[in-house]
Amino acid sequence: MHPGQTTLTLDPPFSRLTRDHLVTYSSGVMDDDLVFKALADPTRRFLLDRLFERDGRTLSELESGLEMTRFGVMKHLRILEDAGLVITRKVGREKHHFLNPVPIRLIHDRWIDKFAERQISALADLKRELENDR
Amino acid sequence: MTTLMTTQIYRVYIKTTPQAIWDAITMPEWTARYGYTGYVEYDLHPGGTYRVRPTEGFRAAAEAMGNSIPDVIIDGEVLEADPPHKLVTTFRMLMDPTMAAEPVTRITQEIRETGKGVCSLTLTHELEGAPVLASIVGGSLEDEGAGGGHAWILSELKTLLETGKTFAE
Repeated sequence: MHPGQTTLTLDPPFSRLTRDHLVTYSSGVMDDDLVFKALADPTRRFLLDRLFERDGRTLSELESGLEMTRFGVMKHLRILEDAGLVITRKVGREKHHFLNPVPIRLIHDRWIDKFAERQISALADLKRELENDR
Repeated sequence: MTTLMTTQIYRVYIKTTPQAIWDAITMPEWTARYGYTGYVEYDLHPGGTYRVRPTEGFRAAAEAMGNSIPDVIIDGEVLEADPPHKLVTTFRMLMDPTMAAEPVTRITQEIRETGKGVCSLTLTHELEGAPVLASIVGGSLEDEGAGGGHAWILSELKTLLETGKTFAE
């Protein structure tokens, strides 16, 4: 097991759970898995970029930049929503999409910072060793 | 429509109770420990005042960078308080004259139990007409030393509540 890894027992129909059930595995390792999976697709990254430029877009606005069926875009948005990267708000008949940067921030704070720190301390160690050798 | 375009929404899942999240948002001994730090003061009923004063450390850091900061860095009014589930306030940042001159914005914080000991905290910041504040709380000025905004605050709040420690501790 990797450091920090925990064993999660998932219900068998895990893959069919809707986002209302996200909470059952929302803490810990599963969260990161969903985020990484959601980000591992150029269309979904494109959708996030569009929301980064301007938040609150509707499905029609989001699909306008893509050569894809409405259903295809909806599917991608659902994956982003399941990963917590997109939050939707209904206003009247329109559903608006907002970029939630928190899951990416959590990965940044948990992983990137850790490795950046290690690199810096490795450099400091190297400097110390080189200077001692002189 | 324009309102929505200037609204930012953040959500974090935290393994804790609604009351613990509520306390961490509304009690100065908690707010001094995460994010930008600062001592909050809430008069938790509609029309009540909401203020944030800088911690000694925050003030010292700002002064070291040559910035003097006011005694009250955020002020607002409580619009709705339903502990431990919903808190709506207005929000005005007084850290610099540009932001202080922008229109008053509005923050809604909602805490929901989602089962298995996990709660969601959703923060909605309506930022109509306040582009400078929007870029600060959106984290886009982080490289200039303005902190990572709401996402950074919520990430550290989660760490604090789940581990008992902040990033620095």
